Amino acid sequence: MALEKLHAQRGSIAIVGAAESDRVGKLPGKSALALHAEGARNALADAGLKASDVDAVLSTGRQTANDVPEYLGIRPRYLDNTQMGGCSFIAHLQHALGIINAGVAEVVLITHGESGYSRVGMGSGDRFAPDTPPGQFEMPFGIGGPATRYALAAVRHMHEYGTTKEQMAQVAVATREWARLNPRAMMRDPITVADVLSSKEIAWPFNLLDCCLVTDGGGALVVTSAERAQSCAKKPVYVLGTGEASCHSIISQMPRFHVWDAAIMAGERAWAMSGVKHSEIDLAMFYDAFTIVPILALEALGFVEPGEGGPFVADGKTGPGGSFPMNTNGGGLSYTHSGMYGMYLLVEAVKQLRGECGERQVKDATTAICHGTGGILSASATAILSTER
Amino acid sequence: MADEYKAPLPNPTPDSKPFWDGLKAHELRIQRCKDCGDAYFYPRDVCPGCLSGNVEWFTASGRGKLHTFSIVYRPLKYPPLQAPYVLAMVELEEGPRMMSNLVGIEPDPAKIRCEMPVVIEYADVTAEVTLPRFRPAS
Repeated sequence: MALEKLHAQRGSIAIVGAAESDRVGKLPGKSALALHAEGARNALADAGLKASDVDAVLSTGRQTANDVPEYLGIRPRYLDNTQMGGCSFIAHLQHALGIINAGVAEVVLITHGESGYSRVGMGSGDRFAPDTPPGQFEMPFGIGGPATRYALAAVRHMHEYGTTKEQMAQVAVATREWARLNPRAMMRDPITVADVLSSKEIAWPFNLLDCCLVTDGGGALVVTSAERAQSCAKKPVYVLGTGEASCHSIISQMPRFHVWDAAIMAGERAWAMSGVKHSEIDLAMFYDAFTIVPILALEALGFVEPGEGGPFVADGKTGPGGSFPMNTNGGGLSYTHSGMYGMYLLVEAVKQLRGECGERQVKDATTAICHGTGGILSASATAILSTER
Repeated sequence: MADEYKAPLPNPTPDSKPFWDGLKAHELRIQRCKDCGDAYFYPRDVCPGCLSGNVEWFTASGRGKLHTFSIVYRPLKYPPLQAPYVLAMVELEEGPRMMSNLVGIEPDPAKIRCEMPVVIEYADVTAEVTLPRFRPAS
C-alpha cells in the first residue's frame, strides 16, 4: 500500500532548473557559500524563476540550514539540511517530492557548494573527533582518506567474485573518454588500463587513477510540481522514482563488504515507485568516488547479477558509443569532484535529457538513473528521471 | 617512546570505557545482548540487533579471521604508523567485526588473504592507551 501511494506520485514533480557554478575546478577565489550562490543563481535563471519564487531551500555542507538561505537573501518556509554525504542532493529530491505533494512548498531550491580543493570558507568541524565512533574505532588504525576505507569493500569484492584491478581500471578509462568530450572537465588526456595500473599506489587495490579528483564547485536544482513546471522556461524533467537508505555510518560497521545494501534498498524503492524497467534506462549517472563504486551500483541496482559488475564494465561499454552510457560528464574521476558530488550527477542527467550536452550528448536519451553514495558506502540515494511522465 | 606516539588516539566515552579499560589489561572485552544472544561491536548501550538495553560485557578470545583489508601506501602525517601498513577488518570468532591493523606480515597483497586466521596482540602505545592489533595465527 505504501508503494502504491508512492507509485501514484510518479512524475508528480519535475526538475525545472539545473545548473552548476560558472566554473568548476580549482577556484581559490570562491568560498563554499559563493559556490552555492552561483549554482542557485544559474539554476533559477535556467528555470526562468526568481529568488522570490523559492519557498523551500534544501542544502547541505558544513553549515546550518539557515546559512545558505541567508547568503542568498531567501526567506524559506521549509528548510532541510540533511547531510548523508555526497548523495544528499539526490535524497533532497525525494524530500522535495514529499513537501511539494504535501503542500508545504511549491518551488524548492536544492543547492551544493564546496571548496573541496581550495578549502575556502569550509569551517572546521571535526566529524572524526576522538570521542566519536570513527575517532575511537577507526582513526587509531590509520584510516587516512576515503580511499583506504572504500578499499575494504573493493578487496572483499575481489575475494568473493574475482573482480580484478584491470576491470576496475576500465571504469576510469571509459569515464576519461567521456571527459575528453566535456570542455569543462579537469582531466582530458586519454588513458589506458596500463596507465591506471602504473599510476601512484594510494591504498591497495587503488592507484591514483582509481580515485576521484578533489576540486571546487557548486550546483543547484529548482524543483516544482508537474503542473507549475509547464510554465517554466525549459522542458520539464520529471522525477519518476526516488529512494534513499542508510545501512551504517562508519565503514567498519558495513553489514556486507562485497554487497552495497544501502544501494539495494534505495534502488528497490526507486524502481517500484517509477515502474520503469532496466531496459528503459538510456543513461546511468553513478557516483564514481572510486572505480569500484559504479561496479557495486550496477550490481545493487540490478543491472547485472551479483559479481558480474567487473566483467560488465571490462569491455568499455560504459564509454562513448557503448551500449551502456555511464557518467557522461566525465565523472568524479575525470570531470570534477568537489566532495559531495551527487549534485553533478543530477545536473548532467537533466542536461542530457534536455539534449543540451553537445559532443557528449547521448542520442535520444529520455530516461536516466542517478545513484549516489554517501559517506563510505554508508548511505545511498537513487532518482529515476525522464522527459516523459 | 610512548611520548612520541602522535597518531590519533581514542577518547573513550562512558559506553566504550570498559572496552578500552579491557585492552589496557590486555583483554578484549566486548558486549553481547542477553535478550537475543548476539555479540556485537562497537560498544554501545543498546543491542544493534534488537535495541534491548539488557546487555553485558564478556571477554572475547582474541581470535578471528581477516575479513578484508587495505594496504595504505600514502604515509600519514603522524608517526609511528609508517606506510605501507595494513588496515584490517577482523571478524572475531564470536561474530562481530572490528577494524584494526594487521602486523607481523609483509604488507604485500600477494601474501595477505581474506579469511586468514589472525590473533590479537596488545600494543601499549601510551601510558593510557592500548590498541588492539592482529597478526597471522600460527
